[in-house]
Amino acid sequence: MKGKSLISITDYSKEDYLEILDSAADFEKNPDQPLLQGKVVATLFYEPSTRTRLSFETAVQRLGGKVIGFSDVNSSSVTKGETLKDTIKIISNYVDLIIMRHPMEGSARYASEISDISIINAGDGANQHPSQTLLDLYSIRKTQGTLENLNVFMIGDLKYGRTVHSLLMAMSHFKPTFYFFSPEALRMPSGYKHFLKEKGIKFVEGSDFVPVIQEADIIYMTRVQKERFSDPIEYEKNKSVYVLNNAMLEHTRPNVRVLHPLPRVNEINLDVDDNPKAYYYDQARNGLYVRQAIICKVLGIK
Amino acid sequence: MSTIKNFSQMTVNAIREGTVIDHIPPHNLFKVISILGLNGINNQITFGTNLESRRMGKKAIIKITDKFFTDDEINKIAMVAPQAKLNTIRNYKVVEKREVQVPDTVTGIVRCLNPKCITNNEKVTTCFNVLSKTEVTLRCHYCEQVMEADEIRIL
Repeated sequence: MKGKSLISITDYSKEDYLEILDSAADFEKNPDQPLLQGKVVATLFYEPSTRTRLSFETAVQRLGGKVIGFSDVNSSSVTKGETLKDTIKIISNYVDLIIMRHPMEGSARYASEISDISIINAGDGANQHPSQTLLDLYSIRKTQGTLENLNVFMIGDLKYGRTVHSLLMAMSHFKPTFYFFSPEALRMPSGYKHFLKEKGIKFVEGSDFVPVIQEADIIYMTRVQKERFSDPIEYEKNKSVYVLNNAMLEHTRPNVRVLHPLPRVNEINLDVDDNPKAYYYDQARNGLYVRQAIICKVLGIK
Repeated sequence: MSTIKNFSQMTVNAIREGTVIDHIPPHNLFKVISILGLNGINNQITFGTNLESRRMGKKAIIKITDKFFTDDEINKIAMVAPQAKLNTIRNYKVVEKREVQVPDTVTGIVRCLNPKCITNNEKVTTCFNVLSKTEVTLRCHYCEQVMEADEIRIL
């Protein structure tokens, strides 16, 4: 029997999102529920991602399941030249669920096609990382009380940042207004803007978020990476434009929350951390409950 | 009218029963042959290339004796010969004319342009969803990368 898998955020409907968020809210109240007793889950991390892996593994353990796997490709047969296909075929004989992170884009979709058991994509290169998007949605709903009609600021690298693209797709179900702020070279790709126009979703694009920051309900910061700029002078000019500091938050709405998929480098000043409007640490904690909910949903046990 | 047409008909022998595929871009003739698997069959095949065409400038044409194609088979060449016309020949007469239609999904013909796509790194049959059929736009079923018409490369 083919398992149900979560590979891409667009695999799920609005109803699926809401079902997972409700289930995650229940796990937040009571994270220790023995729903995975007697089950074994494999976490196959072909590239390191400590936070994502530990979050998933904690989710399994709190559900009473057992975890096998590897966190580093050097300790697996991949170094002997084993194909992804063979690894997935073999390990799917042993376990009830595979959670995988792989540097190749499309690897998780491929794995879901050759495996008889469910696959959860914990990141395939620059393509998809759906559990991140769902925990972003959870954090937004929890802090705003709703997902509908929000002003969502996306700041930083909007061209390569997969988290902003997935969040855009997911939020498009909830009539948001988007504000995009990025260096010229890292603008939101036209395909996404075209998608928003077709769906009739409003968006504003600019270079400086400070003059309009009082409009924001959600400020979603991302990292502007040095290697994205061919000209180092351009990087130096841009890097400080997309840094959020505490003073900027002074006249913002009381409900505004600052989110970041982490890791951050310098794009959120440390003086923001103690501001009650900073939410990125709580956001990371929410990942645990959301991942518990995702695991249960793909296995059809809750 | 068709001195040009007559010319191309004369250049490549007429067939009694079979299929004529006309209006193939010359630079993609051998891709069409390969996609349709014509290099592996025993039927008589004649082809001409760099023939004059009023519509295309130059064109190629393939005539295959005693061979007929289903829509699914012939639509595979849409990526390399979107303007191709298919004539079914019975007793030297054209009994049916068909145009190539761009299919909804393209399997195993196109290469994904993303070097980090799993299909370029492991033996996986490529698969694309067709987002637009006029200016052909494809999205990789695996890595979800979108390719515009001028970025499409045949395997």
